[in-house]
Order: sequence, then structure tokens, then C-alpha cells
Amino acid sequence: MSRTRARSDTHRRTGTTRRVAQLALLMASIVLALVPSAWATTKPRASLTDIENDVMCTACHEPLAVANSPEAQSERNYIRGLIAQGLTKPQIERNLVAQYGEAVLGKPPASGVNLTIYILPPALLAVGIAILAVTLPRWRRRTRAAASEPGETPARPLNPADAERLEQELSHFRG
Amino acid sequence: MPHAYYSPNMRRIAIPAVVVAIAVGLLALLAFGVSAQGTNSSIDASVARGDYPQAPGYHLKLPILGGSGTESLADFRGKVVVMNVFASWCQPCLAEAPILEREQQRIVKDNATILGVTYLDNSSASETFVQQNHLTYPVIRDVNGELVRGFGTTGVPETFVINRQGRIVALRRYQLAGEWLQQTVARVLDEHS
Repeated sequence: MSRTRARSDTHRRTGTTRRVAQLALLMASIVLALVPSAWATTKPRASLTDIENDVMCTACHEPLAVANSPEAQSERNYIRGLIAQGLTKPQIERNLVAQYGEAVLGKPPASGVNLTIYILPPALLAVGIAILAVTLPRWRRRTRAAASEPGETPARPLNPADAERLEQELSHFRG
Repeated sequence: MPHAYYSPNMRRIAIPAVVVAIAVGLLALLAFGVSAQGTNSSIDASVARGDYPQAPGYHLKLPILGGSGTESLADFRGKVVVMNVFASWCQPCLAEAPILEREQQRIVKDNATILGVTYLDNSSASETFVQQNHLTYPVIRDVNGELVRGFGTTGVPETFVINRQGRIVALRRYQLAGEWLQQTVARVLDEHS
């Protein structure tokens, strides 16, 4: 009896230890999974390809990603130096603005005349949708009304000359 | 309250009128954008006529390359200034650098100076350029092109000779020759001697 209880106690302890170990393992794996993502969100690694797509070659007036002029090579070398210093993409973009001016940004800042490129497209889209919202139901109502009126365009009777000619033509097929 | 009445004709032209108004507005915006980016060649024409224009942005303060302060063209008032717009990546600028430095050594005693203006360039590359070419004349940075845009500059190198009254008396929109520089500066110095 007492030996049986001792064995069941041992089993219980072993089971508890295993569960604790499993829980610890689970928690450790969660922490390990979270740490790199947390690191990644606080300090995203900048890449030349990513930055090249968002900045301009200021002398050649085209995106740096497609520019191959001496100025573009100089700008690329400068960005490589900033990446090597461990700067993030926003930090690099701020640095580029300080060095080359706001013209270096592919997306110009939302101020002054530049505001139009941010306001105009959605405004035009809204106007277009509003026009369609007003006109489409009207067109549909008109089309339905036209379809529901029978005999609106009755067939015109043939004049005697045409009727005789038609009869002659048809007689060839009957014959 | 009287009910507003719109005739069918009025309603029929309302939408096309709105569309046309938007199209005209967009065209006006496009025209404004194109004209704002256009090349300003009025200085070239004035100088060619001998009607020397006042240097634009004369009092505009710009950061000194490799230093902490600022400098403007007005700080050189009373001196003949040869303003050279350059960038470190530009091969013609590299070719000009020894010519400009030789001229600086020659004219500095005559109350004249070369003034370098870096444009479309980063400061570390510009500083390396200045060191490697042993340039001794002052250099300022025009990051946003605020100064050089007034001179109609769209690229590098460009050189403007400004007399003691702050007027542009000669300019080169491309790589300069040593002979042109010497003769032009000598002529401007002679005018005041």
C-alpha cells in the first residue's frame, strides 16, 4: 500500500517536473521569438537598395535607383558610409536632406505648393465619385423607364411601291 | 421658401463645366510648375549687353565648408569676387581647381578673392576635394541652391565674376579656361585701380 503511494507520488513529481520544464521551454521560445522582432522594430537595418528607391539624384533629377551619373555614384558612396555607421533609414534621410536639400527626397514634404500632390488626387477622386453617385442612378432610372415603355418606336408601314418591290423579291424564293 | 429651379439645359452643362474648370485648373498648375523650374537666362543677357546686374542673394548667409560660421557675398563687399560653383564629383570642376587656386594666389594681394560654392554635393566629399586640391580660398555650402538658383545655375561648374559694387560683370556656364579667368579678373581689377 505504502509502496504504491510512494510510486504514485514519484509519478506525480515527475509529471509536475515535466510540465514545468515544458512551460519553461515554451516561455523561452516565446521570448526568443519576440526579442529579434522587438529589436527589428526599434532599429530596422537600412539597406542601400531600400534607400535608393526613395531618394533622388539631385543633379540628374531622377530616382537614385536608376541614376548612374558621377553625382549618383557620389551620393551612393555617401549613403553606404551612413549605413556603415549603423544609421537607420529615417536618420539617413534626414542626413541626406541636410546635405543635399529637400530635393533629395523622392516624396516631397507636404508643405507649400507640394501640398497639391497630396491633396489634389484624393480630391479629384472624391469629385469623380460624387459625380458618378449623382449621375449613375439617373442614367439607370432613365434606361429602365425607356425599357418599360412598350411600342415607343412602332414599325413604320411600307409605302405601296416598297411593298410591291418586297413582294417581288420574296416571290423569287417562293417560286 | 421658394424652391430653386434649374432648367434641364443648365443641369446638362453643369457637369461638363465642372470638368472643364478642373482641367483648366490642372493646366494652370502645370504651367506654373514648368515656369518655376525653367532656366533663368536673364543674367547672361544683361551681362552680354554690358548692363551688369546686381548679384542676387547678396546678403544670403550660407554655412562655411568645414567651419561653424556663415558667410554671404556682402561679407566680401569692396573686393572683386570670383564665385565658382562646384561639386566634388564633377570632372570639369576637378580640372578647374588648380587654375582657380593659382589665380587666388595671384589676386589675393589685389583685394580680390575666389569664393567656392559647393552645390549638389555632400560636405565630407567637398572637404576631401578642397584638401586634395590644396584650395586656400573660402568655400561656402549652398545646400538648397538658394544662392545659385538666383544666378540661373542648373549644373556645375559655373563661374561668376562680381565687381567691388556687387555687380556681375562676367560669367562662364561651363568649365573655364585659365586665360579667360586671368584676362577677366585683370580687366575688372583695372576698372577700379
